[in-house]
Amino acid sequence: MNYVKRLTLLSMAALGLTIFGSASAVNNMEGGPAVHQLNFQTPVTAIAADIYVLHNWMIGICVAIFVAVFGVMFYSILKHRKSLGHKSASFHESTTVEIAWTVVPFVIVVLMALPATKTVVAMKDTSNADITIKATGMQWKWGYDYLKGDGEGVAFLSALSTPRDQIHGASPKGDNYLLEVDHPLVVPVNKKIRIVTTANDVIHAWGVPALGVKQDAIPGFVRDTWFKAEKIGTYRGNCYELCGKEHAFMPIVVNVVSEEDYAKWVAEQKKAMAANADDPNKTWTVAELAARGEKVYAANCAACHQANGKGVPRAFPALDGSQMVNGPQDGQVAILLNGKNAMPAWKGTLSDTEIAAVITYTRNSWSNKADDNIVQPAEVLAARK
Amino acid sequence: MSTTLDHAHGHADHAHDDHHPHGWCRWLYATNHKDIGTLYLWFSFVMLLTGGLLALGIRAELFKPGLQLFQPEFFNQLTTMHGLIMVFGAIMPAFVGFANWMIPLQIGAADMAFARMNNFSFWLLPPAAILLVSSFLMPGGATAAGWTLYAPLSTQMGIGMDMGIFAMHIMGASSIMGSINIITTILNMRAPGMTLMKMPMFAWTWLITAYLLIAVMPVLAGAITMTLTDRHFGTSFFNAAGGGDPVMYQHIFWFFGHPEVYIMILPAFGIVSQIIPAFARKPLFGYASMVYATSSIAILSFIVWAHHMFATGMPVTSQLFFMYATMLIAVPTGVKVFNWIATMWKGSMTFESPMLWAIGFIFVFTMGGFTGLICAITPVDIQLQDTYYVVAHFHYVLVAGSLFALFAGFYYWAPKWTGFMYNETRGKIHFWASLITFNVTFFPMHFLGLAGMPRRYADYAAQFTDFNMIASIGAFGFGLSQVYFLFFVVLPAIRGGKKAAANPWEGAEGLEWTVPSPAPFHTFETPPTVK
Repeated sequence: MNYVKRLTLLSMAALGLTIFGSASAVNNMEGGPAVHQLNFQTPVTAIAADIYVLHNWMIGICVAIFVAVFGVMFYSILKHRKSLGHKSASFHESTTVEIAWTVVPFVIVVLMALPATKTVVAMKDTSNADITIKATGMQWKWGYDYLKGDGEGVAFLSALSTPRDQIHGASPKGDNYLLEVDHPLVVPVNKKIRIVTTANDVIHAWGVPALGVKQDAIPGFVRDTWFKAEKIGTYRGNCYELCGKEHAFMPIVVNVVSEEDYAKWVAEQKKAMAANADDPNKTWTVAELAARGEKVYAANCAACHQANGKGVPRAFPALDGSQMVNGPQDGQVAILLNGKNAMPAWKGTLSDTEIAAVITYTRNSWSNKADDNIVQPAEVLAARK
Repeated sequence: MSTTLDHAHGHADHAHDDHHPHGWCRWLYATNHKDIGTLYLWFSFVMLLTGGLLALGIRAELFKPGLQLFQPEFFNQLTTMHGLIMVFGAIMPAFVGFANWMIPLQIGAADMAFARMNNFSFWLLPPAAILLVSSFLMPGGATAAGWTLYAPLSTQMGIGMDMGIFAMHIMGASSIMGSINIITTILNMRAPGMTLMKMPMFAWTWLITAYLLIAVMPVLAGAITMTLTDRHFGTSFFNAAGGGDPVMYQHIFWFFGHPEVYIMILPAFGIVSQIIPAFARKPLFGYASMVYATSSIAILSFIVWAHHMFATGMPVTSQLFFMYATMLIAVPTGVKVFNWIATMWKGSMTFESPMLWAIGFIFVFTMGGFTGLICAITPVDIQLQDTYYVVAHFHYVLVAGSLFALFAGFYYWAPKWTGFMYNETRGKIHFWASLITFNVTFFPMHFLGLAGMPRRYADYAAQFTDFNMIASIGAFGFGLSQVYFLFFVVLPAIRGGKKAAANPWEGAEGLEWTVPSPAPFHTFETPPTVK
């Protein structure tokens, strides 16, 4: 028994040391976990608040049952022991008792399930959203596309911004360590935001505890969830489904802002996106355009015409050595814009610069050495009319 | 069975001088249920230490935020292999070992029904284990897709994944053979007079478990075979680009996976149901209701699988169905706990090591049961899914549940196996050290999970540091406690000590206590009669 006491003492000492001796440098994270947090994060949506209350109820009921049941057990352990001379009784069944302790737990379970049902139904109701945003999980960052509502058309990638130095211990860790990103998701306060999730590679999960939201992002499928944040602030979450080696390093940050700030943010984003967009009047060199065109080709054309430009006999024509590609450029521009037979029209999907680039690429690749070896975006723009 | 009575073995009091192979042949060609049981137990203990070592690797990396010891890809291999080794290498074979040793002794059978298949089902395990563990040495390392091996992450893995799949195929075949053997033995070889409803609870729980195994191991084999063909033969079962569905993998996996967790706990219920009456010196309360509760749990386990998948986004009706069905399991589980406590009530209890472990089991397992109930509530589960809360929950039921019950069973039956009493003080030290360090390790994980710390993370926000440190310290303590168990309890108990009587426990009942300790090589060649 002495041993046991010493062990207990030792582990208590170790506990005390770790609690008071370390990590005191870290502060609570805004919109993330607090130091030594014992319960859910402070909820900022009605659903998260429901979950918080539901959980507190459950804990209360469970602790009450636990204390009652184990009170009986420990009473029995203390009193009904041989060392006290207690003689064993011989009863060993009672149908009444069995029925009682089957029915009572059943009733308790039903009482627990009822309030939960209401919340389940509310969580699944993604209708009438003000803004719909697609969150795409990819190894190992998130892509956001504002699909509908204010801000429609805004799109960006969001990746971990914690410096690698901090992860490898070369510099001290900040308060938002691992829960900070370069481009947070921005949404207006008090608006119903529907998040549509999908993924590019493996399954990820988009979860933000303070918003009460967690939804798997499944490659090839779309799922949805929603939240309506009631408080302006920054809320942090994680990828919750194992997605490979950098699983721990693709956090989620949601900035909930006022409606005015949101409108300002959308305007800025649109301006920035426009600035980044290609100017169709820019004049490119062959090398620049071909380099850009190689990427466009790989993404859009190679599936049929093949990476080596040989096509597939009797299905997709070869571009290598093709008269169309080596001849006058008007014909090739027209086919790309408008399509022909199996060839789709690209005017809706590719920009002028991309079309010009991919044409320039095909005219300078493989064995092709077209006389007319460059098409400028402006010429494509002209051909569109 | 009485037809195979062999009079040469009639009075086999002098155990090991019988006609059976000696040296390594005794083990390689083993057909005796006791020898095979011993092999299973040693195998599972070696795997327990192996899996434990991996767990300590995990806890060492998580002692502090930041990446100190391992790169994340290796960390993921550790978590994955820890899970696979513990589930398929440690817990499941350990229970089969107990079944081999105890079921024939408990039901008065001379041996298991299919002695050579018994040998085969054991000897499949070491190659499978070697395949699994050596996958660490392959290019790309062991599989890092999590023990659940979710597609399509599993298609990204290297050759370690294929080795893991084959290892699980082999272990699955072994489990199925073991189950067939157990079912046949129990149904056909009970001593005259031992009706099913007179059978010891351990045999009952194993009978039900064996049916679960036969039902679901082929489902797992199907899931991982489809993974294999997706990886190498161009099929698209779980690949959306080819018309498959990654979520279908999860449905199939958990259709196996949920019954699997009961496969790992029902025999534990059986062991505890033997020990509590023995040390309370009072018959098990509500024997029949225990049998019905066990069966109900087994049946319900087939209709709750999708509660592991609430975050995949199911229709509202499915979420509600799986929530209600899952909560129902609390009812028969509660009945079992109440029955155990009613057995203790007004008994005449003593607290030797088996009883301590059994009470520890009830106390700590029930905590895991309650967190299970909390996780069953869909909205709460969506918050807790894939956080440390879930890690805490399933370690409360699998370590404090299955493993504690296995220890209880060891202390209870080891005198019958070795013929020597283990050292009682050391058994108690092992118990208290394990109980305390277990809780130090896993209790703080509830807080981490509630605060939102995701599981399977190689690194975490600095706010989680202190609880992780406590957990890591506890984990090393728990690991050391098991090393203590090996060197200070098991090995000495095998080498010698106080001679054990045929029935070393005042209140223990059952046929296994009617044969001498250690149990002779051949027992019950003339079946006993049960009144």
